[in-house]
Amino acid sequence: MNINTTKIISLLFFIFSAFYLYTAYQIQVFAFDENAPFNARTFPIYLGYAGLFFSGLKLILPDPNTIKVDHKNLEYKKTGILILIAIIYGATILKVGYFLTTSLFLFASYYFLGERRWILMFLLSFPFVAAFMYLLHGILDIYLRDPFLQSIGVMG
Amino acid sequence: MIEGILIGLTTALTFQNILMVMVGCFFGTIIGMLPGLGPMTAIALMIPITYGFDPATGLILMAGVYYGAVFGGSTSSILLNAPGVPGTVATSFDGYPMAQQGKAGKALAIAAWSSFAGGTLSAIYLLFMAPSLSKVSLSFRSPDYFALMILGLTAIAAFSSKGQFLKAMMMVVLGLMLASVGQDSLSDITRFTFNNMNLTDGISFVLVVMATFAMSEALTIILKRNDPTSAAKQVSLTELGSIKINKEERTKMYKTIPRSSIIGFLIGVLPGAGATIASFLAYGMERNVVSDEEKEKFGKGSVNGLSAPETANNAACSGSFVPMLTLGIPGSGTTAVMLGALLGFGVQPGPRLYMTNPEIFWSIIMSMYIGMVILLILNLPLIPYIARILAVPKNYLIPLILFFSVTGIYVMSFNNFDIYLMIGIAVVATFLRLYDFPMPPLILAFVLGGLMEENLRRSLLLSNGSWEFLWDRTLTACILATTILIVVWHIYKTFKKKN
Repeated sequence: MNINTTKIISLLFFIFSAFYLYTAYQIQVFAFDENAPFNARTFPIYLGYAGLFFSGLKLILPDPNTIKVDHKNLEYKKTGILILIAIIYGATILKVGYFLTTSLFLFASYYFLGERRWILMFLLSFPFVAAFMYLLHGILDIYLRDPFLQSIGVMG
Repeated sequence: MIEGILIGLTTALTFQNILMVMVGCFFGTIIGMLPGLGPMTAIALMIPITYGFDPATGLILMAGVYYGAVFGGSTSSILLNAPGVPGTVATSFDGYPMAQQGKAGKALAIAAWSSFAGGTLSAIYLLFMAPSLSKVSLSFRSPDYFALMILGLTAIAAFSSKGQFLKAMMMVVLGLMLASVGQDSLSDITRFTFNNMNLTDGISFVLVVMATFAMSEALTIILKRNDPTSAAKQVSLTELGSIKINKEERTKMYKTIPRSSIIGFLIGVLPGAGATIASFLAYGMERNVVSDEEKEKFGKGSVNGLSAPETANNAACSGSFVPMLTLGIPGSGTTAVMLGALLGFGVQPGPRLYMTNPEIFWSIIMSMYIGMVILLILNLPLIPYIARILAVPKNYLIPLILFFSVTGIYVMSFNNFDIYLMIGIAVVATFLRLYDFPMPPLILAFVLGGLMEENLRRSLLLSNGSWEFLWDRTLTACILATTILIVVWHIYKTFKKKN
């Protein structure tokens, strides 16, 4: 059996399915439901076994279409930075507010992706978010929480 | 039916809904043109916006985006040989060679007219077939629905790319597992929440769609930015040529369009098949029925070779609405996303939809006609201008996709946890995509998970825990036999290829 990344993913899925199955058996059901033909743990148990079955097959059977990924050509650093910026964006959006965090997120993302046209970067962040906010909040009446704009009196 | 058509026309022809079709077609075309961003991504990005409208308007917008994105995918196939969606891969076989011969404008016009004709013809088929299918589906019981869902999930796995059946089945199971998180619908017992209150209501459908499509798409594009095999090709927009179609070319299209539209519609109706299979089958069939002289032109810029897949993929789009609207079973990944959106609106698709919500049922069908006309009016004169969108730098495109994804979740829940969960799922999905694990089966399974458990519960309770319900009814047995046939056919094909 050839060990490749697809097989490793299948092995991880097999372990995940085993854990899922174990957790499914731990689901607490009502006493009167314990021996019922169907209760809250029935479907997850079947799913756990299905996961073990398909990932087990993928592990055992030969892989005719081995996927080769050239890791040298992949931009892990930039992707990682972008994910980090998105996490910071997610962490601050509620406390700081939609307008400022979203604009800064866009501006920072453009910058880290290599953009240096400052005016265009600015136009596609602060005014763009303001227009989008107006569309959602002002026209479509979708509530957007923004403590920052509330503190400076722009939003009611 | 006439009354229903009139209700549909009244709803679809309001100023707001016509505007929505126009906006949907326009944005769908733009998003569909960008390589890697297909109708699913386009619709997923639209979901948070549609929640501001009533269900009929929201769905009309999404239907417009769907058609627009499929047409947009053809544009990048023809101009860049980089299909925006799998359904337009076959379009590039003859569309791109035509563009290389300096006939890009003509190729785009043939694609636009074929899409229009295919979509319109299939909307007519849909108009007549949907109500009768609804009547047939009224006889469906829980075991039949359960079997039908098994068929849909197996079919989407079997019809995925070569050698991907097991990977697709793993994604189906993963989708069902994700759907099982949260409270059990009947007993309210929490499952797989690990005492986290944020998971009690389960994982939101929009979150999973945004994470597995929009966000992971954006991350994949960045990740593969320097990959020479996926580098975007540039196109010279000065070589678009004339968009006029001459008499000889029109004659060829008149023959191709009807047969391809029937194939496209019928394939689209099958759960799990969709536009990709339809376009490939139509292309293959067309090559078999044309004259030897014309056959030689296939792959080198044949009008029939371009018209057939374009007609079929749009016809399949309409066809895939049939199982979604009448049975509540999506015919494709894209309609699975739309089904999730419908459930979000509180509308339960199924045989009774056209009785309980006729304005939604008929207005979607009517807006398909209108959408086709608008798509043609918008796209034909705008072809040279729309093509310039292909030049949007990824430095701007990627952050904007991430922004739309996070906004969609933020607006829905105002919860940091959901944003972290979305980023987490997106990272896993990106890694899985890298190794060709398909995402549409995951979404289809996630959408069907709750319904599938519910129907299995009813079936098992009615049969007192016995699995005999699988063959007690002829209809259930037939559906399951079809599922087994699909699996056997797939295994046979795999072994045949190996030998």
